[in-house]
Amino acid sequence: MADPDNRPFAIRQYAPDQLREALRRMYLIRRFEEGAEQSYMRGLIHGTMHLSIGQEASAMASCIELSDQDKITSTHRGHGHCIAKGADVGRMFAEFFGKETGYCHGRGGSMHIADVKTGNLGANGIVGGGIPIAVGAALSAKKLGRPDVTICFFGDGANNEGAFHEALNMAAIWKLPVIFICENNKYGMSTPAAYATAVPNIADRAAAYAMPGVTVDGNDFSAVAEAVHNAIARARAGEGPSLIENLTYRWRGHSKSDRNRYRTKEEIEDWIAKDPILRFRAELITHGILDEAEAGAIEAAAAEAVEQGIEFAKQSPAPSVTDVTRYVYAEA
Amino acid sequence: MTTREISYSEAIREAMAIALDSDPAVILMGEDIGTYGGAFQVTLDLIDRYGPERVMDTPISELGGAGVAVGAALTGLKPIFEFQFSDFAALAMEQIVNQAAKLRYMLGGEASVPVVFRMPAGSGTGAAAQHSQSLEAWFGHVPGLKVVQPSTPEDAKGLLLAALADPDPVLIFEHKLLYKMKGPVPEGAYTTPIGKARIARAGRDVTIVAGAIMLHRALEAAEKLAAEGIDAEVIDLRSIRPIDHETILASVRRTGRLMVVYEGVKSYGVGAEISAMVAESDAFDYLEAPILRLGGAEAPIPYNPDLERVAVPQTDGIEAAARSLVRGEV
Repeated sequence: MADPDNRPFAIRQYAPDQLREALRRMYLIRRFEEGAEQSYMRGLIHGTMHLSIGQEASAMASCIELSDQDKITSTHRGHGHCIAKGADVGRMFAEFFGKETGYCHGRGGSMHIADVKTGNLGANGIVGGGIPIAVGAALSAKKLGRPDVTICFFGDGANNEGAFHEALNMAAIWKLPVIFICENNKYGMSTPAAYATAVPNIADRAAAYAMPGVTVDGNDFSAVAEAVHNAIARARAGEGPSLIENLTYRWRGHSKSDRNRYRTKEEIEDWIAKDPILRFRAELITHGILDEAEAGAIEAAAAEAVEQGIEFAKQSPAPSVTDVTRYVYAEA
Repeated sequence: MTTREISYSEAIREAMAIALDSDPAVILMGEDIGTYGGAFQVTLDLIDRYGPERVMDTPISELGGAGVAVGAALTGLKPIFEFQFSDFAALAMEQIVNQAAKLRYMLGGEASVPVVFRMPAGSGTGAAAQHSQSLEAWFGHVPGLKVVQPSTPEDAKGLLLAALADPDPVLIFEHKLLYKMKGPVPEGAYTTPIGKARIARAGRDVTIVAGAIMLHRALEAAEKLAAEGIDAEVIDLRSIRPIDHETILASVRRTGRLMVVYEGVKSYGVGAEISAMVAESDAFDYLEAPILRLGGAEAPIPYNPDLERVAVPQTDGIEAAARSLVRGEV
């Protein structure tokens, strides 16, 4: 018998090119979020936004096996999911800048960023709003005989919404190909998940809906990828939904109004030390997928792509104000 | 096209069967719509003909169920979702108002949500405050939704088929007291255009705009008034959003008087919208009397039958109000 392969799941499962692309997209998410934050501070973006810095492994490892036919539903903290699913950062910035070239032609902004053509059914401004919609997308796949799966992202706050419970129940009774991914970043705005949720692990709630539930280290790319891989296999085999809880942390506040009065500097610093990108990068180097120089080049290329994206957004035209009611209904 | 007499609920069922036969993307969803046939028996026997894969009983989960229908519509299916009572749509406002209505717009025209919500509505059944409301004005307030209210079996079928052909979410308010009413209905597929009112009775003296059961009460009142020489024009509103400005304004220009009759609570309702629409238009110059609204009482629908009766406009009240309006007593 050959020696057991003790390498992390992702290293065993995915081709080197896929892994390098995953690292690239994680850097793209990080630099995108930083670029969005800076653009906001410079007054180029109005409104508010919810940054996912620190949660990149959760987004990317969940999406690594998805094709454009597979669907995702996302949340108000959805920039990372969007990039992980393959969106163009230029069109994303254009949306944030309110431009006609944005994914939503400037009508949606950060909280409604979407790209339906590549299976991203959109971020959602309502906590838990996307959960039943994800189940509906999985219902379509089943009824129309398509092999696609739907990944439904939501946060720890959403697991106390009625929509979560109703949707998980329906997905289970109809054995739909949907994977519920709870990104537990410890706080629903300021309210600790430990205070607001009656069970110790959100994944425990899977038992109520007769589906597998697993809690993983959401900053460990491989751990997330393996859990999602198993859930996708189960979904594609017609065995129904799964619930995965990714334990992670947002480095930034809930939104631009957050003064961080509900958590300590030490806690934030502890989590910054658990940077999911540096961890994945080190893992790839350890296992010979790339070397330091290549990793540095990937990181630099991500920064460059973000600069170009911001430039594209700046140069793009704004929508015409006479078109305020355009897209309310289908055009005849 | 052959026409025969069938009931309002049979007409709706026929429309659903046509849709299920002609488009594999159509599915029915709702509580107890399968073997039970729906609370009002509108989907009766459809599960036997099309099976549980296309006629899906949902758990008692209005929010989740409506959301599943929205997600399914977004990704290729055309769900017809039955709320057991339109009152229960209050549990699903999030998905109807924040999601279905806004997805196309929020996503800059890149998404389409062709879902149909069937809404059994109205009072007169003794079911009291939580099973008797007329909430169509709530939804009429929301850009992105279309809201219709068929008054006849023919329109119940035609508007459902039009709703299914529409790429945007449509809510159909079906009045429970009309389900058993019979009327002429063409066989086969046809659509009644959304957004077009119908002159149900032509007249010269007063325009009465009404929908659903109120149309029939208004027509009855108009016949009684005709015996005393008052000639009322009765408009079947049919569509609340979009609303048919032209038909209403043209009628008011002809008659010089406007009365709006509706079952929903009088204030902030369909009557307010129609009254304001006329007041803001050139038709205002043709008015010979103040505009009159006859709507539901400022109260929940009560249980006691006498109270329930007075809580919404009835034929005698419509008749008396129209008479006063024409005689200049208002």
